[in-house]
Amino acid sequence: MQQIFIFIFKNSYRLLFLLLLVVSFVFTVQSHSYHRSQVIGSANFLSGGVYAEINSVSEYLSLKKQNEELAQENARLKSIIFNEKDTTALPKLDSVKGVRAADIIVSKVIHNSYNVYENYLTINSGELAGVKPDMGVINSAGIIGIIDKTSKNYATIISILNVKSAINAKIKKSNHFGSLVWNGKSTGFVQLIDVPRLASVRKGDTIVTGGQSVIFPENIGIGTIEKIYIDNKTNYYTLDVKLFNDMTNLGHVYILKSKDREEILNLEKKEDE
Amino acid sequence: MNSALLVNIARFMLLLAAQILIFNNMNLFGYINPYPYILFIILYPVNGNKTGLLLASFLLGFILDMFCNSGGVHAIACLMLAYYRPYIFKFSFGLSYEYQTVKLNDVLTPERFSFLLIAVVLHHFTLFLLEIFRITFLLEILLKTVLSTLFTLLVSVIIIYIIKPSKR
Repeated sequence: MQQIFIFIFKNSYRLLFLLLLVVSFVFTVQSHSYHRSQVIGSANFLSGGVYAEINSVSEYLSLKKQNEELAQENARLKSIIFNEKDTTALPKLDSVKGVRAADIIVSKVIHNSYNVYENYLTINSGELAGVKPDMGVINSAGIIGIIDKTSKNYATIISILNVKSAINAKIKKSNHFGSLVWNGKSTGFVQLIDVPRLASVRKGDTIVTGGQSVIFPENIGIGTIEKIYIDNKTNYYTLDVKLFNDMTNLGHVYILKSKDREEILNLEKKEDE
Repeated sequence: MNSALLVNIARFMLLLAAQILIFNNMNLFGYINPYPYILFIILYPVNGNKTGLLLASFLLGFILDMFCNSGGVHAIACLMLAYYRPYIFKFSFGLSYEYQTVKLNDVLTPERFSFLLIAVVLHHFTLFLLEIFRITFLLEILLKTVLSTLFTLLVSVIIIYIIKPSKR
């Protein structure tokens, strides 16, 4: 017993090093695993608060661009409304359920990241605003990512520029599905993999979200096909998709709150049992 | 003793703030960032408390990881640097480095530069290896290490020259 104590006392420095190393290694491995991503993310009051303060200063630098984007989106939405027969009527509610299928929470990116392989964004709304993990996030141009961790006032998003992210997507014209991943090379491009060889794909075709997940509704824009090649291993198409979004410059985002989500998830859970 | 402690605490806070506010947002060529916050570990007094350095390095890396959403990669890289620092000292300044008063924040000599270089390479290689965590990306890891090392060295030397103690 005494010798154990002597050993511990003698090597206390080395043991402390090993202890701290093991602790941080566990955090690292957990952050790389698919299911349980970061243990300690930036969605806490300290880093979230700091990023919110920084953002309140730096957002002035991009106000002009933000304004232009909002005006353009407004113009697009107005053009949809003006082409309706009755321009004053509000969009009808779903008469069966009495509620709309999706609700939108508006939020703002306070910290953007795009220079590593596993990118996370931080936004300034959290549980208090109704944000929950696994909700989809989009902006006026296209999809951004999926909510990962939430705290009271902040949340982190797994960006589509994250090698861990995989989102169900399809070719708008032909309805062929694939999954959207990122190879970590360029911030302007993501890859649509596992597209069947039967699909007729052409450069310039639009890629949109597929309706197979509860996270994103169908037909939200992602990007256009830039390059087509055949994966040697799987013999499926791999498509380089040029994003509609500029992921290096993000401002306001919309979080999609699907009304049917709980119901579908509960149903699927029952199926599993 | 007390003033040394205060200087270290100030260095800790300032370098951490500078890293988060400025250097993490540089994104040279889209993805290269310098990491001059490790100057805290490099400039820590040679004969200072070793356990204190180890704990402070862990805390430094851990806070940065929290801000970068990167798990524990900065913490590991900082721990490695703090733990192997005496060996790098021995390599760069010779065996009797503890008896000479090694002062790093002074005119750049070959010994000081070699110490800085080895320390930065050790930290950065560990960092990118664990950050990318996929052996198929080995080439990217090495490329990122080399480019970031150059950038960090440049920024670090500039910082050392700027905040050189006034009394010579």
